[in-house]
Amino acid sequence: MFAYCADPKSLEGLQWLSCYLTTGTHFSFYGSFLIVLVLLFVTAPVALAFGFGGAMAARSPAAPLRWLGKGYMAMVRGVPDIVFFLFFIIALDQGFEWLTHQVRCPDWIDPIRQGLEFRVCPQAKIPPNTAPQMVHQIYNFGLAVVTFAIVFGAFAANVLAGAMSAVPRAQLETGEAYGMTQRQVFRRIMVPQMWIYALPGLSNLWLILIKATPLLFILGIQDAVYWARELGGFKSQTYSYPHPDWRLWYFLGLLIFYLLMTRISEIVLDRITRRLSHGQATAAGEAQRKGAVA
Amino acid sequence: MSCWETVQAYGLRSLGIGERLLPREGYDLCQQFTLIGSGLIWNIYFGVLALAAGFFLAVGLALAKGSSRIWLRKPADWFVFVFRGSPLFIQFFLAYQLLVLLPKDGIQLPLGLFTLTIGTDWVTKAWAGALLVLFLNTAAYSAEIFLGALRSIPKGDLEAADAYGLTGWKKFRRIQWPTMLRLAWPAYTNEAIFLFHATTLVFFSGFPAFQQRGDALYYASYFAGKTFNPFVSYPIVAFYFICLTLILIWLFGRVNARLNRHVPSNARVRRARLLPQIVR
Repeated sequence: MFAYCADPKSLEGLQWLSCYLTTGTHFSFYGSFLIVLVLLFVTAPVALAFGFGGAMAARSPAAPLRWLGKGYMAMVRGVPDIVFFLFFIIALDQGFEWLTHQVRCPDWIDPIRQGLEFRVCPQAKIPPNTAPQMVHQIYNFGLAVVTFAIVFGAFAANVLAGAMSAVPRAQLETGEAYGMTQRQVFRRIMVPQMWIYALPGLSNLWLILIKATPLLFILGIQDAVYWARELGGFKSQTYSYPHPDWRLWYFLGLLIFYLLMTRISEIVLDRITRRLSHGQATAAGEAQRKGAVA
Repeated sequence: MSCWETVQAYGLRSLGIGERLLPREGYDLCQQFTLIGSGLIWNIYFGVLALAAGFFLAVGLALAKGSSRIWLRKPADWFVFVFRGSPLFIQFFLAYQLLVLLPKDGIQLPLGLFTLTIGTDWVTKAWAGALLVLFLNTAAYSAEIFLGALRSIPKGDLEAADAYGLTGWKKFRRIQWPTMLRLAWPAYTNEAIFLFHATTLVFFSGFPAFQQRGDALYYASYFAGKTFNPFVSYPIVAFYFICLTLILIWLFGRVNARLNRHVPSNARVRRARLLPQIVR
């Protein structure tokens, strides 16, 4: 990076450190924090959408749809989420390939599962074998996002279903009394009011989601944990920047990063709660109203 | 190999008893159920011990956090913040790296006449190191639950205690403690369930599985890796964990019923309808 970094072996002290911390691999390390943030900001809305769909299905008058929604909500309570992560990442991949296989190679006769192997026709490979490394990485990341969204969508469905039934019945009846259809009551009365009831659960979920991001490492994404292990490990004299096992310090850095993320989220979520309580028929809303009058 | 022979060979494989090599062929349902079930021993071991020990630390932490003395409150605040604010995954990595730093040949404690040597190699093993992390982690989460319960003890109960002249330890033991437990129990049940789920992380993070003695998920991913088929081994883990969760819910429900036995319930008391006529 800097001009004086040409011969790292001759450097010492702060200069050595400044060169060491600006190597190419270290920039990959810093970039991986960005990956974590991207994952968070992509997954959160998608998971919320999954959750909304799940909650709506669970409240549906049609029985099969209701069972589907309830089953989706129940699945995360009994089983460790990491099992789902490991399961979906392979299952989704094989599922997509199987589907494209059915479409693109209808006259393929060999069985897809040959003993211990999963073999689809070459045209059905996603992404194609010839695709550049970058495409493979993006595809893997996309799979990880969908996996996260499915699992956290189930959590969110739980929270949103609770929030929907927490909206006071009288509010909905008022809507009905004005001649609104069920759909209108849902859209105009229930959805705008449910957020304040959902917020404590959703903020909890956000914090859990932040703390689940290191699991990306298990899914084979080159995230912050991966780089911390790579960079921190013992480097012998053959490397330009030899150093003993420094993984402890790298993980300490990661720990501090996550603690900061949690703290900032808590502060922001506190603010949102205060804003959403405004004018609500809850204890917090009432306290705000009294404060404003006095 | 018949299924019973498989059970004999691999039933206690996770403890290092039985066949040395993991199965290399077949990978039938019997093998998978047996080996994954044997891994479940570790999940139960971690869950039960961490929960049992964590309970007491959590109560202490909750009291410290609710204390008016700053030198008690601040350390407890920080402890809870660090363990609740960071991923368990990172905590495992960090703990492993820290424990590895301990001197290999033990710590020498000079005690005047002789020196006491405390071995340190065992703490880097999963059974001790991971248990320590899980213990501290669940203590932090439970402390927050117990603190919330402490704060929501009805004001009237405390005033009544004051009126009867109960103070200090007696007030805590007879008024605060039972009510705190009763209020915290549903949330604590949840924490217990999630702690058992968290035990699956042990062998996926810093702690290596010594001689391939791993937990349920470790063996499940072994099978998934060998057969490249996630649709058998992971549902088996899921099945085991659903059973475990149901047992937990039942156990904690029993305790909950006992904690709430003096509270008037809305449930109608069931009487055997036919009984009166027979007795009379």
